[in-house]
Amino acid sequence: MKSRMESSGLDSRIDYYPTHEHQGIRFRRGRTLPFGATVVPNGVNFSVFSSAATSCTLVLFRKHEPQPVAEIEFPREFRVGDVYSMIVFDLDYEDLEYGFRFAGPWDERVGHRFDASKIVCDPYARVVGGRDQWLTKPDWDNIYQHRARLAFDDFDWEDDRPLEVPINDLVIYELHTRGFTANPSSKVSAPGTYAGILEKIPYLKRLGVNCVELMPIFEFDEWENSRQHPQTGQLLVNYWGYSTLGFFAPKAGYAATGRFGMQGDEVKNLIKELHRAGIEVILDVVLNHTAEGDHRGPTISFRGIDNKNYYILTPEGYYYNFSGCGNTLNCNHPVVRNMVLDCLRYWAADYHVDGFRFDLASILGRDQNGAPLANPPLLESLALDPVLHKCKLIAEAWDAGGLYQVGSFPAYNRWGEWNGKYRDAVRKFLKGEAGQVGEIATRIQGSPDLYYYRGPTASINFITCHDGFTLRDLFSYNDKHNEANGENNNDGANDNNSWNCGAEGETSDEAVNRLRLQQMKNAFCLLMLSRGVPMILMGDEFGQTQHGNNNSYCQDNELSWLNWGLEQSSGELLRFVRMMIGFRRSNPVLRVPSFYQGRDYVGSGKPDISFHGTQLWSPDFSAGSRCIAFLLCGRHAEGQQRDIYVAVNMYWDGLPYQIPAAPQGERWKVAINTSMRGPDDILETSEAPSIDQQEVIVGPRSIMVLVSAPRA
Amino acid sequence: MKVTLSEENGISVIGIEGSIDGKTAPVVRQEIAPALESAKKAILDLSKVDYLSSAGLRLLLLIYREFAAKSGKLVLLGISEDIRTVMSHTGFLNFFTVAGSKPEALQALS
Repeated sequence: MKSRMESSGLDSRIDYYPTHEHQGIRFRRGRTLPFGATVVPNGVNFSVFSSAATSCTLVLFRKHEPQPVAEIEFPREFRVGDVYSMIVFDLDYEDLEYGFRFAGPWDERVGHRFDASKIVCDPYARVVGGRDQWLTKPDWDNIYQHRARLAFDDFDWEDDRPLEVPINDLVIYELHTRGFTANPSSKVSAPGTYAGILEKIPYLKRLGVNCVELMPIFEFDEWENSRQHPQTGQLLVNYWGYSTLGFFAPKAGYAATGRFGMQGDEVKNLIKELHRAGIEVILDVVLNHTAEGDHRGPTISFRGIDNKNYYILTPEGYYYNFSGCGNTLNCNHPVVRNMVLDCLRYWAADYHVDGFRFDLASILGRDQNGAPLANPPLLESLALDPVLHKCKLIAEAWDAGGLYQVGSFPAYNRWGEWNGKYRDAVRKFLKGEAGQVGEIATRIQGSPDLYYYRGPTASINFITCHDGFTLRDLFSYNDKHNEANGENNNDGANDNNSWNCGAEGETSDEAVNRLRLQQMKNAFCLLMLSRGVPMILMGDEFGQTQHGNNNSYCQDNELSWLNWGLEQSSGELLRFVRMMIGFRRSNPVLRVPSFYQGRDYVGSGKPDISFHGTQLWSPDFSAGSRCIAFLLCGRHAEGQQRDIYVAVNMYWDGLPYQIPAAPQGERWKVAINTSMRGPDDILETSEAPSIDQQEVIVGPRSIMVLVSAPRA
Repeated sequence: MKVTLSEENGISVIGIEGSIDGKTAPVVRQEIAPALESAKKAILDLSKVDYLSSAGLRLLLLIYREFAAKSGKLVLLGISEDIRTVMSHTGFLNFFTVAGSKPEALQALS
């Protein structure tokens, strides 16, 4: 921060001089906008909104000190409309923590819950102290737990900017900042931090992903609802962090430099280095509720500032709970809408974030009474905002209030969706459920049934994510095993569409383990062959297990932390995944951002996609079928030469599949065969064996991919 | 906090003792200004700095930039392992020439 103390040129304003004094602290009327704390010449401008408070007091602390150094009530004349603003001079930017006290009515029936005895955090705070180091025991007696601080926001980005990778070229890798490297097996110097991810960039690059989606990194309280497991005594905490308390502040506890308050710089450095490696960053943002819970929850910020406007309330003044977490942010209230917009603009402009995934995004489309809107102003604003215009916007298109909008989310031609139907269909198909073939044919095309007008890039295809089984567990457990969460296995989803392949959990049965490995390969294979945008869960590429726990939100331990030992021991799977991502990259036909048309529109003599069964031209969509094959014509995609033939057999026996004639002067090569052991499961085309016969046997529960290549 | 200024073979050596934080940073800046005024090459010796806050790091970068802008060459000497780690995690390290010892610093400036 360059001090302007000595400057006296034309850039200094003539009105930045103190007019008031309180206990030796000098201040004056502030500037109404922007909200939050902004460093101005010689001072700091504080600005905060409340529609119903009767007065507001600025509370100043020295860093970490339990008692304030000063409390300055905003004089009446410092208030414009409902906004209180003040410039305070001569503050030590680095040593300052600040909050507010709002006086006003406590009347639940009208929604007011003012309490001047509480100090509340600035909703626009860009650094929030109080939980500076992960799981360091807080001082519960501290009167101000989550403490707003100033941010420097002067990181030197040099020539970095968001990458703007076309969304159809993305391979997204969902990761938990702490869990990614917290396990000592990660061998990084700062385990469980942003800096830890930095050290794993070469790994990510080699894996071939070009986008990481960070699970929530907005400041939250890992101690929220913390408890001991009733039987084991294990400490259970809020590990996932889907509970924001500062929308503008990065999670300090995830920063190796959090104790120095430098988390902002650490995150920015990570993003800059990821960009340098060609990897985009999407943030999983939780804007549907806050960490304040329901009427029994703590008053951290919003409740004590403007409860009635920030939350969707019942007619009785209680909290609607569309989030399943106690309260619901009133996203389509103009003030809240602007805060959300300011927040995302800040992350896009100041942190160079490439996109956002919105947790329980359907809530963002509800009105102030909770009813779904046809044209939600917030979603429209986000879709058309000038700052966010190149950002990827991805909705989790449902909420805990029963709104399920996969395929019908108000998209404004901009929004993509986590395609839950893709996940469910592929899981059912892979486990051998009959009657899935028709839907699978639709899903691998990018779900035109759901996204006909938006195109396949609206479909974020995934089979697993943080929520639910890991891929290994999907094929190792019929049922969830969440006992470690201390809720008698009642938490977590029951409809997992999983199959244990013959034994529940870990087993020494070689055949079962072989099949599980093959199923994981099948999953990656289908995912990478599907149009749309593939997303994989961290660790699935080497068979991470959570021992059947499908809801590890509270498990800050080896159960959720990546076991990097698997990088070596699961080398066969990891190699397959790397090469499968490479296969997608080198075959543009798989990534075309528009739908297949099922016809020939380039004059190649065959349609862009044609479906087959064990017999050519006879796809079997009947209820008992578990087989499908499809031919992709390479000439229908720019940059693609080869035809691709995919034969999928989810029947429990090997079956003969007729194969089409290879293009003139070419022959088929077996690029992928998941029934083979590595390294013969996937090969570079140059090394892949040729076949000349008109029929191949596709092994039980396996996928064979042929690519055409010129005859030598 | 204490600043010592000396010169060795035309190279300005600036030693800082104590902690550099939001309070002391402006003072440090003021006190080392004369040493950088005329010098073309300088060593900033931080081996006696026990604490470097975020504002301290920012000050270093500011000095470094200003010095480089007038074609000067500046080397940081004696940063502790702790400070080095923080600088590395936040990207600051990429901007500096850092030397582990005095001869190394002189070498970097020659």
